[in-house]
Amino acid sequence: MSEKLPAKITTHYSVIPRDKDPRWKDVDMERVSDEFDAVIVGGGPAGMSAAIRLKQLANDAGKEFRVCLVEKAAEIGGHILSGNVFQPNSLNELIPDWKEKGAPLHTPVKEDKFSVLTETGRIPVPVIPGLPMSNHGNYVIRLGNLVQWLGEQAEELGVEIYPGSPAAEVLFHEDGSVKGIATADVGIAKDGSPKETFERGMELHAGITMFAEGCHGHLGKQLYKTFNLRANCQPQTYAIGFKELWEVEPSRHRPGLVEHSLGWPLDRFTYGGSFIYHLDEGAPLVAVGFVVGLDYKNPYLSPFKEFQRYKTHPYIRQTFEGGTRLSYGARALNEGGFQSIPKLTFPGGCLIGCLPGFVNVPKIKGTHTAMKSGMLAAESVFETLNQENTQSNTIAPEPSSYQELIQNSWVWQEMKSVRNIRPAAHNFLGIWGSILYTGTIYFLFRGKEPWTLNHGGIDSSHLKPAAECKPIEYPKPDNKLSFDLLSSVALTGTNHDHDQPAHLTLLDDSKPVEHNLAVFDGPEQHFCPAGVYEYVPTEDGKGMRLQINAQNCIHCKTCDIKDPSQNINWVCPEGGGGPAYSGM
Amino acid sequence: MGVLGPKMAFRVLVGCKRVIDYAVKVRVKPDKTGVVTDGVKHSLNPFDEIAIEEAVRLKEKKIATEIVAVSCGPPKCQEVLRTALAMGADRGIHIEVPDEEYASLQPIHVSKILAKLAAQEEASMIIVGKQAIDDDCNQTAQMTAAFLDWPQATFASKIEKTNGDLLVTREVDGGLETIKVKLPAVLSTDLRLNEPRYATLPNIMKAKKKKIDKKKPADLGVDITQHVEVLKVEEPPVRQAGVIIENAEQLVSKLREAGHIQ
Repeated sequence: MSEKLPAKITTHYSVIPRDKDPRWKDVDMERVSDEFDAVIVGGGPAGMSAAIRLKQLANDAGKEFRVCLVEKAAEIGGHILSGNVFQPNSLNELIPDWKEKGAPLHTPVKEDKFSVLTETGRIPVPVIPGLPMSNHGNYVIRLGNLVQWLGEQAEELGVEIYPGSPAAEVLFHEDGSVKGIATADVGIAKDGSPKETFERGMELHAGITMFAEGCHGHLGKQLYKTFNLRANCQPQTYAIGFKELWEVEPSRHRPGLVEHSLGWPLDRFTYGGSFIYHLDEGAPLVAVGFVVGLDYKNPYLSPFKEFQRYKTHPYIRQTFEGGTRLSYGARALNEGGFQSIPKLTFPGGCLIGCLPGFVNVPKIKGTHTAMKSGMLAAESVFETLNQENTQSNTIAPEPSSYQELIQNSWVWQEMKSVRNIRPAAHNFLGIWGSILYTGTIYFLFRGKEPWTLNHGGIDSSHLKPAAECKPIEYPKPDNKLSFDLLSSVALTGTNHDHDQPAHLTLLDDSKPVEHNLAVFDGPEQHFCPAGVYEYVPTEDGKGMRLQINAQNCIHCKTCDIKDPSQNINWVCPEGGGGPAYSGM
Repeated sequence: MGVLGPKMAFRVLVGCKRVIDYAVKVRVKPDKTGVVTDGVKHSLNPFDEIAIEEAVRLKEKKIATEIVAVSCGPPKCQEVLRTALAMGADRGIHIEVPDEEYASLQPIHVSKILAKLAAQEEASMIIVGKQAIDDDCNQTAQMTAAFLDWPQATFASKIEKTNGDLLVTREVDGGLETIKVKLPAVLSTDLRLNEPRYATLPNIMKAKKKKIDKKKPADLGVDITQHVEVLKVEEPPVRQAGVIIENAEQLVSKLREAGHIQ
């Protein structure tokens, strides 16, 4: 009888601690540090807006104020992925002369279309002004380019920006308040041992640290526990969003056209829909995307394949026939809305942007609210650190006024008004529940209804065992409109140095085969948009094992969210790794 | 007449090229004049990174006294110079070539520039990557050596210093070749020479204070007039699906059908 060896997959030090690891016995673990007034983790719209606002306040007050922003992507904008129909109200407030300064807002929305797709047809739905889906006054943008532009504005104001520098660890003072962050160590081999090139990350100490990691950030995940920030809110719920950028036949290009659809290929119990946005930036570019709520039940569902087959719909394909696909990417996004906003401040820090989550789900917009949250947090942080009489009872002060400021702002009102639309899908009506709710109760009461609907638990808990579900037969990609996964991943430009511990860590290496595969037939093989997870036969051919192709990862965070065992813990890889999106 | 004289300067000039990152999928421009570079992720040419690393190691061994990183091109080239400085180069030189002229900049121009700089800077050694991953030319080191009339040691996988010479092991088709070259010399690096260190954040911060001088090719008396005109750039043909053949008879009939045999 051969003994079954326990699976050994995870080698990352967050699971296999180095202080007990003999290979690390003689390694110098000292870290260099530097002091700042504010450190911002994440170079997206929220982080950049916070940085810009802080420097505006400091320069206006004639005060020295050191702001450092760290971003894991090799280049600013490299990990940004979004539709994006942009509401410019926050930008108008932050940088009123954005047009003269050349902000890349080139495409005003001209036409708004909405439809419900059936397998062969399309039912147009009128877009009534005032309902969340109306886009008058908004712009179709490439958010990666806007973020890059915001980065340039921030640098001009004196913000110190360091791309290629992931924040790996939160640092604490002796009293438990946040002291800052440390960037990731480099030079660790795949088996977890130190290489000759090993170097410790750097400590960035801050008066206050602002966390802007985006949806489901890994440091945010720790902070919720450390400071019990989710005690009075519902768990966050999510969707996975796919996006491709196409160059279409000029005759099919309608600059300024914004189209959304619901329905096919998803059934009414799977929340989701599509977007098609025509850009006006020279070449006939069209952004197309697909969103699937991560509370779906069938473990065989492949959000990627749903997206690919959606493009073959008789109406949808007309835009893309004869066109060329230029890029592809995917990212998780928040759907929890108002009910899922955690406490935003804690001693020494605060949460901004999609990390706590301010996406207006029916509007499918979160950039304007993310920016405003960054701006309000900056105002609070600046005030807190410049107070004459420091009333803080912790070493690092808590920017509590940020919580007040945002609760009194339009962000809060907006989030509150649409809070019941998404959860209205948690019944036998499915997504029709949300549609009906919007057309009736929302239309009449604009969120003033006295009740607040529930999300019904975390996304990963909704998966049904594979035995209770039918595998879905997806069509083969035609390589004209629909494509296979690996050629799509190649378009993300993603890469990670192969000789490092996989940053997709498992808390328990035996869970994937014993639970995920046994009960759910390995749903991570289907929901990962980059082909990271594969169940392959073991060398002796007697069983299966999970193979983690960490190099493919595009940092979407879906696995951390949807894993039915909640066993996958995404941590940041060495700096600069991940996708190389260009104007996505 | 003392025994102790001034320390001999050993200045190393390192060529650094900014290229499209190796993991990015390259796309041909619709007008077929080249590849899309706008908004595309770029990084330091991997072989040049190896060259910088080798230069830094020579300095750590107290053989080199100063490392000067050089890059030719538009303003964004300064990014690769910052990386080189963060890895340990002492200062940088940015040879400014605007976008339109950069499109036709060739190894022959770069070699002339490096040769002139080497003379100006009184360099003892020039080290560059064996080739850039965008054009795969593998010409700059050789041409530079010719212009300077210096010995060359290309595809170096090991470099040792012995008195006034360098002992260089080269990767050649048949295996490894070890040669001795007199200094000053031009070297080009191959993959196995070393594993470059990371440009860590504290060093990136320190590198901001290091100097980058700007010069124009004309300042060095180098003419960068176009030598080569690119007529067309095309994608490789789409790979046709293969057919799996069951047996030898099928193979023969397929070959006959395609007219390859009678």
